[in-house]
Amino acid sequence: MALRVLIGCKRVIDYAVRVRVKPDKTGVVTDGVKHSMNPFDEIAVEEAVRMREKKIASEVIAISCGPAQSQETIRTALAMGADKGIHVEIPNADMSVFQPIHVAKILAAVAKKEKIDLIIVGKQAIDDDANQTAQMTAALLDWPQATFASKIEKAGDDLAVTREIDGGLEDVKVKIPAVISADLRLNEPRYATLPNIMKAKKKPVQKLSPKDLGVDISSRIKVISVEDPPTRQAGIKVDDVDSLVAKLKEKALI
Amino acid sequence: MLSRLGAEFLAVGRISDRYFIRRCVTKITTNDGIKSPKPEYTSKRYSVKRGDFSCLEDRDIVFFKHLLDKNRVLTDPFDLEKYNVDWLKTVRGKSACVLKPRTTKEVSEIMRYCNEKKLAVVPQGGNTGLVGGSVPVFDEIVLSTELMTRFRISENNPAVVIAQAGCVLEKLDTALNQHNLMVPLDLGAKGSCHIGGNVSTNAGGVRVLRYRNLHGSVLGLEAVLADGTIFNGLSTNLKDNSGYDLRHLFIGSEGTLGVVTRVAILCSLRPKSVTTCLLAVPDFESLLKVFVVAKQRLGEIMSACEFMDSDSVACAKRNLGIEPPIQSRLYALLETHGMDSNHDEEKVDGFINQVMKEGLITDGILTSEPSKMKKLWEIRERLAEALRKEGYTYKYDVSLPFASFYKIVEVMRKRLPKTVITCCGYGHLGDNNLHFNVTTKEFDPTVLTRIEPFLYEYTKRCFGSISAEHGIGFKKRNYLYYSKNPAFVHMMAETKRTLDPNGILNPYKVLPDFEA
Repeated sequence: MALRVLIGCKRVIDYAVRVRVKPDKTGVVTDGVKHSMNPFDEIAVEEAVRMREKKIASEVIAISCGPAQSQETIRTALAMGADKGIHVEIPNADMSVFQPIHVAKILAAVAKKEKIDLIIVGKQAIDDDANQTAQMTAALLDWPQATFASKIEKAGDDLAVTREIDGGLEDVKVKIPAVISADLRLNEPRYATLPNIMKAKKKPVQKLSPKDLGVDISSRIKVISVEDPPTRQAGIKVDDVDSLVAKLKEKALI
Repeated sequence: MLSRLGAEFLAVGRISDRYFIRRCVTKITTNDGIKSPKPEYTSKRYSVKRGDFSCLEDRDIVFFKHLLDKNRVLTDPFDLEKYNVDWLKTVRGKSACVLKPRTTKEVSEIMRYCNEKKLAVVPQGGNTGLVGGSVPVFDEIVLSTELMTRFRISENNPAVVIAQAGCVLEKLDTALNQHNLMVPLDLGAKGSCHIGGNVSTNAGGVRVLRYRNLHGSVLGLEAVLADGTIFNGLSTNLKDNSGYDLRHLFIGSEGTLGVVTRVAILCSLRPKSVTTCLLAVPDFESLLKVFVVAKQRLGEIMSACEFMDSDSVACAKRNLGIEPPIQSRLYALLETHGMDSNHDEEKVDGFINQVMKEGLITDGILTSEPSKMKKLWEIRERLAEALRKEGYTYKYDVSLPFASFYKIVEVMRKRLPKTVITCCGYGHLGDNNLHFNVTTKEFDPTVLTRIEPFLYEYTKRCFGSISAEHGIGFKKRNYLYYSKNPAFVHMMAETKRTLDPNGILNPYKVLPDFEA
């Protein structure tokens, strides 16, 4: 088994940063805000690199769709051990309406072009929590999918995947080529160490546009408004049970 | 978690029985009581004599309740616990009253009354001090700043924040974030420490290297003297040479010359570009060379240069389950702050390439992602917490020249008995400030005698400081002469006598016993 693996890495606002809504309510503030790789995608990269170390994978390609700064995200993947990168440039202005369906179409096109055997993406992105890309990509390619993976092992010519589901854990076997989405407990991603960070600067990153792949990214949705959740109201203290009952009646709760 | 007994009581009892229930339940299930036993009373463990102060009487409580309100005067022993014991759990006082004023005027009235009645007072902020300076020794009244939390941006200078003493450092910093500002100091205790306490102790922290200490960034302050006089030195001028600069008396005097009530602090713009690197360094000589290269290559963007040894890191792994992603004998933790990420990246690349080429490091992590940087800093910031979990910490904070800097840790290691769990060194390499720590399961006076005064004599021989940033507090007051000559200490005592003739402000602290 010498799989060619494609990893989807999304550039998102770093999870340690406090997200702020723009005053005009058209979105969240992204200018000057620290971004990093979606944590679940980091787990996907880690898994692919481990597969390459175990000789299950022969090449690991990291792909990111986004503005120019997405190159940093790809560099991180390269520093973690990916072999080469692909950057599909999406203008910043289009990012708010760039949806998982577009990403899925792009991944499917690249998978065919690069003769990919396995696509691993994070189960969801921490900014939109969509949890759609893996599933849509599999459907477009007509490949089997194993989502919420917490363990991936070689099983003959197939892959044995343990999935985290509501009732517990589910074991499935998928034929190659397949799409897998990484869940939290799949692994703990490594930090990129200095020698690898330096090496990553020399690894190739190919630049493509959606048009090159024959993908139409015109928006299918419109953002109406983005608002903060309502602020929590302070509670009130009462002195005794009678006052409590009176208050509850006043609020028509009893 | 309530024990079954406690739950039964609550089910049956009414509001008026709340106190009784709380006492019962705490005796059965107090978390603290089971995990870490209360330390011995300071007055018992150390030979201290109670000063000639009055004892608290009922009529004093009545006065305070009338001045503040009954909710801001604590007298219940259960409530007083946390004010009587320091964060390190090494000293314990017997205060019977905690006062929580909201305004400078209230602090002034409290001090005026206490001075008249000769009642001793301990000002207390977040109680995160590490030298026993923030808790009572006997029955001093605790004056807590925890309700003095208002702050605002100055009308005269948008980079200056005027804050009441009880503002928690981290909360202040988070609020300033919205104005694109940051407080100029950063320390591990930021989630609990109060800015008034920081100023009173001239707290240092990890950014002194770049943003200097509070003597530089505090433009002015307001304090209440022992007799209730309000010293109004609150100013927002960046330059002011009109008269003696008296604010410096209060900065670092650890609450013995006045109670700091408000401060005006010059804040910096929040940096747009931040990078953190953790480097694996094989030995101390290489570590010093790394620092030199950092100064040459990173120059003005370097904002922190810390170090840790493998013993401190092992302690963190053992007690907190956190560890660095690389293994080494010594670690350097460097941080850069700048306004242009391209410019900073070039500088950092140059630095990394040079230290790698010269073989000064064996491995390293480099990141600009906030979540990852937080994780790297966590190891360094929580070392004191990790050490505390081992039992009793003998904590030292010295300024030493580099030639003797790490040597002392190795020397001490040989001196100490096998009962010692951890003997480690870490700290602010960039400021020549070593945090030397030893832990044992329980307090052991023989271990103490192996460390003191040997460590202080060593420090004196190197012309270092026996307390770089932690202050003198209670624990180091009798060692002051190792860093200051008698004439100097005499002048300190004179200043104290002038500003606090009755000696009621934070007694038994800072000045040596026989001089106070």
